[in-house]
Amino acid sequence: MRGNGGGLRVYAVAYLIFLYAPIILLPIFAFNDATIIAFPLAGFTTHWFDELWTTKALHEAVKNSLMIAFATSVLATTLGLCAARAGAMADFPGKKGIIGFVMLPLVLPDIIVAVSLLIVLRQVLDLTLSNWTVIAAHVLLCTPFSIAILNGAFQNLDPSMEEAALDLGENRWSAFRLVTLPLVMPGIISSMLIAFTISLDEFIVAFFLTGSNPTMPVYIWGLLRFPASLPIIMALGTILVALSVVLLTIAEYFRRRGLKRAGLKDTGGFL
Amino acid sequence: MTPKPLIQLSGVDKYYGDYHALRGIDLTINEGEFFSLLGPSGCGKTTLLRTIAGFEGVSGGTLMIDGKNMAGVSPNLRPTNMVFQSYAIFPHLSVAENVAFGLRKDPRSKEEKAKAVAEALEMVGLGGYGNRAAHALSGGQRQRVALARALILKPKVLLLDEPLSALDKKMRELMQVELIRLQRQVGITFILVTHDQEEALVMSDRIAVMFEGEIGQLDDPETLYRRPNSKRVAEFIGKMNFLDGTATAEGNRIAVDVAGLGKGDIAADQAPGGMPLGKVTVGIRPETLAIVFEGETTDRRICDAVVDEVVYYGDMTYYDVKVPGVDKPLTISMKNMIGRPVLDVGALTRVAWDERSLVVLAA
Ligand SMILES: Nc1ncnc2c1ncn2[C@@H]1O[C@H](COP(=O)(O)OP(=O)(O)OP(=O)(O)O)[C@@H](O)[C@H]1O
Ligand SMILES: [Mg+2]
Repeated sequence: MRGNGGGLRVYAVAYLIFLYAPIILLPIFAFNDATIIAFPLAGFTTHWFDELWTTKALHEAVKNSLMIAFATSVLATTLGLCAARAGAMADFPGKKGIIGFVMLPLVLPDIIVAVSLLIVLRQVLDLTLSNWTVIAAHVLLCTPFSIAILNGAFQNLDPSMEEAALDLGENRWSAFRLVTLPLVMPGIISSMLIAFTISLDEFIVAFFLTGSNPTMPVYIWGLLRFPASLPIIMALGTILVALSVVLLTIAEYFRRRGLKRAGLKDTGGFL
Repeated sequence: MTPKPLIQLSGVDKYYGDYHALRGIDLTINEGEFFSLLGPSGCGKTTLLRTIAGFEGVSGGTLMIDGKNMAGVSPNLRPTNMVFQSYAIFPHLSVAENVAFGLRKDPRSKEEKAKAVAEALEMVGLGGYGNRAAHALSGGQRQRVALARALILKPKVLLLDEPLSALDKKMRELMQVELIRLQRQVGITFILVTHDQEEALVMSDRIAVMFEGEIGQLDDPETLYRRPNSKRVAEFIGKMNFLDGTATAEGNRIAVDVAGLGKGDIAADQAPGGMPLGKVTVGIRPETLAIVFEGETTDRRICDAVVDEVVYYGDMTYYDVKVPGVDKPLTISMKNMIGRPVLDVGALTRVAWDERSLVVLAA
């Protein structure tokens, strides 16, 4: 028995190293005073972060990405909310099939989605590529995640809650606003944060569909051609990892709080 | 005082797809009545209640409440309020906010509303609980909040869907009494859904027993218990022994020959489902049979029996006895009294029965 547990422990540690070592390299080289990414380390510097502050094109890319991520999170969550509510409360023919279909982009390879969207937007609809085309594509990618999260929120919701509000004199909309919405609000916040995070660092689809102004991941990819800017990318990467961790932590916090508020047990959430 | 009809259903049908959940329900419920819908699981009690509340539309027939046709009237515009089986207390609001929820469109001042809320909470025995968080309440307290929240709107009808089924036995019995008291106090029509026959008998003025989307019998509790109109009602309400028999009409009386027990001459109202003749089923309640103990005498009819099974309940003992000529053992309930022994399995004894307690049902 003991030997068995020991073996598992070694496996777990190796797994974690494999998973996180590359990420730990990011801050190490972001603060390393050398252009070449290699050991031994050359000394501490915040120079690469200073460089981030002064690169105009990067600022544009970040602004673009934030705008896209925000619009995506709002749109995907709104769509997810409608789908999850319909899935939880309404009854219509072919419900299971339709819900399954909506969830499909979750497992489609991004590259396929990107190429087919490009064909549709350029060849079929003849649209100019812009931030809006990226937003549309990101909404497509993020909506299944939003639905998954919000489905959880609605599953925990007693369907008679909204009926009780109706029964007490509210109409359909005010019943939804006064009862359902506050009860699934933690799910909504959690969904927005996750959609925001996904959109912010999504590369493949953005690379294909971006207009004249690149998003941040696309800009980073462009930088890779210049070995001298590698440490800058490390610095940027460090900030992004920190930001992602913070956002996901907040999302998880709201999900758990929602469960607690509804007086339910944690049934294994998204994280 | 003649009862004033408040809810009238005529020929109400409800389909869920192909499934016929309510089959031509005709029903009148009166003002101020405590009415129960009783029946086995899946018979359509909740469906009928939700139809009255307006959460389900009818597929056919008409539903009138207080003289108005309810077709197309949404739940928020009906003079009904509901206590849900899950209570549906809003967990993000306090107890007082829950109770005040239905008063949002009420033109009264804030102070008057607060007073009404306090009174409603007082009425259900939750005075001073207003500031509590709703999600921290016990089952019984939730139910009281749900009651206060519905009653504060002074509906014409309060609908209750198995309101006691989530409570433990003690709490359930307490709430049964509370509900009866509350209903008398406010004078509102209560419609209670339950699958617990005892609960229905204890609480109701009248009971509709439902089977598979139909009303099998509608009567006051005593009639329902003493004169069930069919075997399925008799089986569902209380315990009943069923024996084979033959019936012949003799004027407005019936002569029945009960297999194993003998002949009896009974009044026509002992066949509440109409006068079935020929082969019939005869029902006898366990408490209308009696063990005749050693040294006791009785002027009732007597037959010999052997004790087959004894179940001791403290205040009562249930015996299953075998009577020659009766194919199944008869169940008899006896009150335990000083000087009255509890018989052993296999003991020879005598059983007294009375023709006035026989119920003749279609075979
Ligand atoms: N929304 C629905 N769609 C399809 N069938 C339904 C729906 N609601 C109820 N039914 C069916 O209608 C029948 C009656 O259901 P209902 O809930 O009224 O039963 P009930 O008497 O309240 O039973 P219980 O005591 O179990 O609550 C059941 O067979 C049920 O499966
Ligand atoms: Mg039910």
